[in-house]
Amino acid sequence: MANTRKRQQGTANSTSPLLEVRDLQASVNNVPILRGINLQVRAGEVHAIMGPNGSGKSTFAHVLAGREHYNVTGGEVLFEGKDLLAMKPEDRAREGIFLAFQYPVEIPGVSNMYFLRAALNAIRKYRGLEELDAVDFLELVGKKMKMLGMDQGLRDRPVNAGFSGGEKKRNEIFQMAVLEPKLAILDETDSGLDIDALKVVAEGVNSLRSPDRAIIAVTHYQRLLNYIVPDMVHVLANGQIVKSGGKELALELEEKGYAWTDDAERTGQPAEKAAEWRT
Amino acid sequence: MAHVIQDESLYLSNYRELERSLGASEPAWLRRLREESIQTFTELGFPTTREEDWKYTNLAPVSAIPFQSAASESVAHGHPTLEDLESVLWVGSSHLVFVNGHYSEALSCIDGLPEGVKVRTLSAALEGEGDLQEHFARYAQRRRHALVALNTALWQDGAYVRIAKGTVLEKPIHLLFVSSSGGTPVGSPTRQSARWGAPVVSHPRILIVAERDTQSTFIESYFGYGGGVSFSNAVTEIVAGESSVIDHYKIQVENSESFHLATIQALQERSSSFATCSIALGARLARTEVGAVLDGEGADCTLNGLYLATDNQHVDNYTTVDHARPHGSSHQFYKGILDGQANAVFNGRIIVRQDAQKTDAIQKNKNLLLSEDAVVNTKPQLEIFANDVRCTHGATIGQIDPEALYYLRSRGIGRNEARTLLSYAFAGEILDGIRLAPIRVCLEGSLHARLADDISSHGGTELQS
Repeated sequence: MANTRKRQQGTANSTSPLLEVRDLQASVNNVPILRGINLQVRAGEVHAIMGPNGSGKSTFAHVLAGREHYNVTGGEVLFEGKDLLAMKPEDRAREGIFLAFQYPVEIPGVSNMYFLRAALNAIRKYRGLEELDAVDFLELVGKKMKMLGMDQGLRDRPVNAGFSGGEKKRNEIFQMAVLEPKLAILDETDSGLDIDALKVVAEGVNSLRSPDRAIIAVTHYQRLLNYIVPDMVHVLANGQIVKSGGKELALELEEKGYAWTDDAERTGQPAEKAAEWRT
Repeated sequence: MAHVIQDESLYLSNYRELERSLGASEPAWLRRLREESIQTFTELGFPTTREEDWKYTNLAPVSAIPFQSAASESVAHGHPTLEDLESVLWVGSSHLVFVNGHYSEALSCIDGLPEGVKVRTLSAALEGEGDLQEHFARYAQRRRHALVALNTALWQDGAYVRIAKGTVLEKPIHLLFVSSSGGTPVGSPTRQSARWGAPVVSHPRILIVAERDTQSTFIESYFGYGGGVSFSNAVTEIVAGESSVIDHYKIQVENSESFHLATIQALQERSSSFATCSIALGARLARTEVGAVLDGEGADCTLNGLYLATDNQHVDNYTTVDHARPHGSSHQFYKGILDGQANAVFNGRIIVRQDAQKTDAIQKNKNLLLSEDAVVNTKPQLEIFANDVRCTHGATIGQIDPEALYYLRSRGIGRNEARTLLSYAFAGEILDGIRLAPIRVCLEGSLHARLADDISSHGGTELQS
């Protein structure tokens, strides 16, 4: 705990945040979902965002990735100091944001490899790097698959088509390993996984932790955080971060349940409480 | 430059010219056949949109242009060389090439055919053994279909292939029909004003007879060379003998100013298997009719198709599967991708005769619209007179899945490229069904390039987000 604090202070003093979210408000179909989110994430950190169903966790993840029809109604998001919300989804990815989907989309007819090479080369091109040819790409992919213990058979299959739940989630982490984002957002990556699959996915994520990469893990359950240990835990309720703390906060939530944060909401002004907890 | 509205009299005078030039060189049965057919055509006239089968395809622009048949010696200036055709002669095996309906020996190559396979031009077949009459013009409906009648009256040459009993043909036979009005591009390479030759018409004709226990593969392709206006009106007749297996591909890449009408009619005998895949990429207006009569027990028929249309292209596919005997099965699967103001028609007819019990027929038509202005008319037509059959049909018209598009974009793939990728994936189901690998590979390449091109020129018109 003390350790974590120290590291955060250390980085805070030395660098500006990788991601800075200020009073972010967004609505979907004219229903306000995010009601003023504030968050700072520095390179090297792992943040967990927890919250009950409908609290806005997934919406937050998708607003960062640039999903259509998710309307930002207020606030701002800076990524490496740049205005993230002004960017097209593909440019956000090229800048270094990666969202691991809760429900990865099946794309029959497009091979995993073709898709991933197109993605990697689009990103490389944007950054002024040379595009990888098929040979170099396959070598890279072979390495990453080995690292994540992935079945080589998945290589030639269409993107996510007919994959089991575990295979889909693992495929997300595999894509992340190949694309090497600066900020990875994991949206309920643990949902629908049995414990063995969860361990494999978590190992994959942990192997990608690095001092210049940040991770935001959005999750309903504390279970994932046993394997991907966060530096910071934030509780999202009703579109706001109502509580922030170290990794022990996740355990507290597990014990007391989300009703605990509901109570906090019901008793008064969550915004103020959030402000109080944030300090 | 107001066009004079032409009518059937143009083709009648074409016929009289042809009759004069042929003189008495053709056998009497054929002269009679031509005479009957031109009469049928003048009686029926070009189909109009008042006819149910032509409701969505208007041939008025075709009948308004004063097309002329090309003289045989015109295969000269401004016409393609072997080099020009390299990209459309996909497989390095036997091919017959026709330019504007005339055989080009220089461009053709018949090589390494096994014994029992006879590949001739129709004109050569007429001079030879004289077995042409047995099957020629007996399957396509020359008495009821104006365009079949027109072709039967006016064809100048074509291909005759006969596969003798028990023969297995390992390499495909490719029949390539080139439309070229001649002339050269000057200045703007695509417009008619660039000194292309006068509008030219041809009536390609094919007869394939596969005797019992044979196996063979055919590619029938139509290619527009240069930018001039052309009209090809093709008729193909195929006889699939008992237990024969035929794999047939039709690939149409006429230029975007041209008109292409084609009829493919197959007769299937007992336990035969006939599969055709019809790929339509070109032409200003194209219609392909594919018909199969399953006239023997246990025959199996597969009609697949893929059509791409953009700008103001009009593409029409009309299929008829006639189950006449029991235990037959048929599978139809057509997919289309439409962009710009393109117009597509699919009409799929399944007839199950009273005698055709235990028939299993399935028909699917799926369309992907890439623009708000593209239009699809799709119509299944089931006529079932037997009571123990299974017939299913389904048609869909959809757009690119926004979830899939977002997923691809969230990985860094640009919007247009993502749309191209998804459109291509949509076509994949048909491409994957193409057993002839060189054709599949070549089509994959040209399809991808074509989609990328279409989407980058049209994709920008929609709201960016």
